[in-house]
Amino acid sequence: MATRSRSSATSRKKPSGKSSTAKSSTAKRSTAGKTPARRKSASGGKSASKSSPAGFDKDEDLKAYRDMLLIRRFEEKAGQMYGMGLIGGFCHLYIGQEAVVIGMQGAIEDGDQVVTGYRDHGHMLATGMDPKGVMAELTGREGGYSKGKGGSMHMFSVEKNFYGGHGIVGAPVPIGTGLAFSNQYNRTDRVCLTYFGDGAANQGQVYESFNMAELWQLPVVYVIENNQYAMGTSVARASAQTDLSKRGTSFNIPGEQVDGMDVRAVREAGRKAVEWCRAGKGPYLLEMMTYRYRGHSMSDPAKYRAKEEVNKMRSEHDPIEQVRKRLIEQHKLSEDELKSIDKDIKKTVNEAAEFAQSSPEPDPSELWTDVVELSEGA
Amino acid sequence: MSIKVTMPALSPTMEEGTLAKWHVKEGDTISSGDVIAEIETDKATMEVEAADDGTVAKIVVPEGTENVKVNEVIALLAGEGEDTDSVSEEKPEASAPQPAEDADEDADEEETSGEDEKAPAPPAVKVASDPELPEGTEFEEQTVREALRDAMAEEMRRDERVFVMGEEVAQYEGAYKVTQGLLAEFGDRRVVDTPITEHGFAGLGVGAAMAGLRPIVEFMTFNFAMQAMDHLINSAAKTRYMSGGQMSCPIVFRGPNGPAARVGAQHSQDYASWYSHIPGLIVIAPYSAADAKGLLKAAIRDPNPIIFLENEVLYGKSFDVPQLDDYTLPIGKARVMKQGSDVTLVSYSHGITYCLDAMAKLEEEGIDAELIDLRTIRPLDIDTVIESVKKTNRVVTVDETWPHCGVGAEIAAQVQAKAFDYLDAPILRVTQKDVPMPYAANLEKLALPSADEVIEAVKTVCYR
Repeated sequence: MATRSRSSATSRKKPSGKSSTAKSSTAKRSTAGKTPARRKSASGGKSASKSSPAGFDKDEDLKAYRDMLLIRRFEEKAGQMYGMGLIGGFCHLYIGQEAVVIGMQGAIEDGDQVVTGYRDHGHMLATGMDPKGVMAELTGREGGYSKGKGGSMHMFSVEKNFYGGHGIVGAPVPIGTGLAFSNQYNRTDRVCLTYFGDGAANQGQVYESFNMAELWQLPVVYVIENNQYAMGTSVARASAQTDLSKRGTSFNIPGEQVDGMDVRAVREAGRKAVEWCRAGKGPYLLEMMTYRYRGHSMSDPAKYRAKEEVNKMRSEHDPIEQVRKRLIEQHKLSEDELKSIDKDIKKTVNEAAEFAQSSPEPDPSELWTDVVELSEGA
Repeated sequence: MSIKVTMPALSPTMEEGTLAKWHVKEGDTISSGDVIAEIETDKATMEVEAADDGTVAKIVVPEGTENVKVNEVIALLAGEGEDTDSVSEEKPEASAPQPAEDADEDADEEETSGEDEKAPAPPAVKVASDPELPEGTEFEEQTVREALRDAMAEEMRRDERVFVMGEEVAQYEGAYKVTQGLLAEFGDRRVVDTPITEHGFAGLGVGAAMAGLRPIVEFMTFNFAMQAMDHLINSAAKTRYMSGGQMSCPIVFRGPNGPAARVGAQHSQDYASWYSHIPGLIVIAPYSAADAKGLLKAAIRDPNPIIFLENEVLYGKSFDVPQLDDYTLPIGKARVMKQGSDVTLVSYSHGITYCLDAMAKLEEEGIDAELIDLRTIRPLDIDTVIESVKKTNRVVTVDETWPHCGVGAEIAAQVQAKAFDYLDAPILRVTQKDVPMPYAANLEKLALPSADEVIEAVKTVCYR
């Protein structure tokens, strides 16, 4: 891993007589000044109207298809298992938003960090965490990532640089900013992807974080997953400024809206943002226009939106169908080839589900472990 | 083998529901994700999505059926290449779905486990005693403020991962001058002035700690940490447990705590009991400069999130501090400050001053009190207290928390449970009065604990 000596490690603070802050803010302004792509007011949801992103080659589309399908099938299975009483408590499914994490994951490198809120299964699978371990955590079993002690909202992987999995709306934002702080402190060129939703975007700590991130030029990409509903409250009913890409404007954080249903658009915007951060120019904000097909959690009947709205998104903007169509039409894949991929994914998910049911519950002695690390003190 | 569609649960508490409507009929081809039915519970109507691809071979439970039990087979699907006719002949009851059985068993197990299985006992915590000071150790008189500064500076020299952040910690050198000189020695990479944004920088510190750094986050006072409470408790304290031990959060939150002088209700509060309530946190509240130094150094090295409660009134007080290259103390160990035989006083931080004043007068009256400085509030060194109670048979707790669910309340509960037979008198508490701190000088004095109140409590438990 390349360690770049960061001149901005000192520009974090404003040493008297240094002009580093001025320099970087000039660089920023040229982008920040640009009007973010305006959203079309399509009924049933908004989507960013950008010129179409660079296409994926066959391998890229194949990988995106596999990765997104894994999340889709995993979540469907989780929903099913919840229905059977195998998964308890809260269970927030990611179905519909797959292009966001898969596109962003394609924009980062090994060693970059990821942190998110409670709708987190997709992020974990995207970072390469084992579906078995994730599913077994959902069922509260010993084989889960947190030995069954965390649950759906609380999983971590040091190995995959996944820092949770946080159940409190808005909390991952300063945490992700802190991960970025550590990158700068350690003089690495790592970047932290900090995901949060349109609901979290109204939390005060988000703006406290924005302020410090820009003030100290921290390498953090803030990814707002705007799925248009904070539980049952639409963005318009909760936000004075509904263009969330502008939420960093008063901190001079450049932001843009991205079609979060198109994995190509996500990766392209993600690469640009990550490059910006890696170059030491400070934080970057991406508003992913996306959509969740399911309710907020398993017990949400989603009566706050019209069925037509959901159906329209599913039939016209589905992130996986878009890629599937390209695979058939542009890359000339046969139905059989696609079926074989589907079969593979299904197998992986079924194995995860089986593991999640056969793995034993944690030993009662686990009740008392991992509270604090006991040490001799002195 | 057919694929069974079962009655789903829509919440952890749902046991049965009404199958309100079928959106598919026998012979229809469906794919995973299709809405195939609607079910009703007392709370809501929900759509049922297919989890598999296939052809509907048989609708087992017709629409309109009430009280359909969760996990009952409601339809059968024929998978690819299967004959729907043969599938529809299958008897769903006879071949109840595998996962459903598992679920039932699990549910049963859980029920029994709830009744039969006892929670295992918590592990015993062994804490080392204070290290013996080498012969010939020299002492230097230092204020608590200087001792804290030295502790941080020494640990920063020792470990590159340690840094200090907070409001006014760098250029201003600390609102209470605890970080004096640190910026000059370590530079602005490691001594970081923050905006006034407690919630934000506490969370930022947590993220940095999770990434492997060793942040010392200073709150100008712990009153302001209320703004950051969520990160202290939900993000810092619970991370190790929630991650199954995979991820830790080695961070020190420190700053002045407890009533100062004439600063009114919002700036006069001892938070020891608040933080001590939380599993996953360690709470330290030293009295002397030597303890402040030894414990802060240990805290910075400790792998857990630590709440380090200082006291503004004590900052300027001087004590002898051993001049050793590396003076650390065990976390979780109380100190018997003075041996005595008639009554045990249990206190910490600024509470100790009331005890010392009281003890001088009590001695004149022939009452020999033993004084225990808890130093660490969580984990609580109750063993040292119990040992003392076995000798004195009487306890008075002295602290500046409020009485309701305060630190004294916890000590009283534990002592009566563990040493009931040794007690010759009820346990009494001297605390801050159960009111917000008044500003007026006379009322403030009345609201705080006092040496006189300690004396009165001691006499009461000694029946004198």
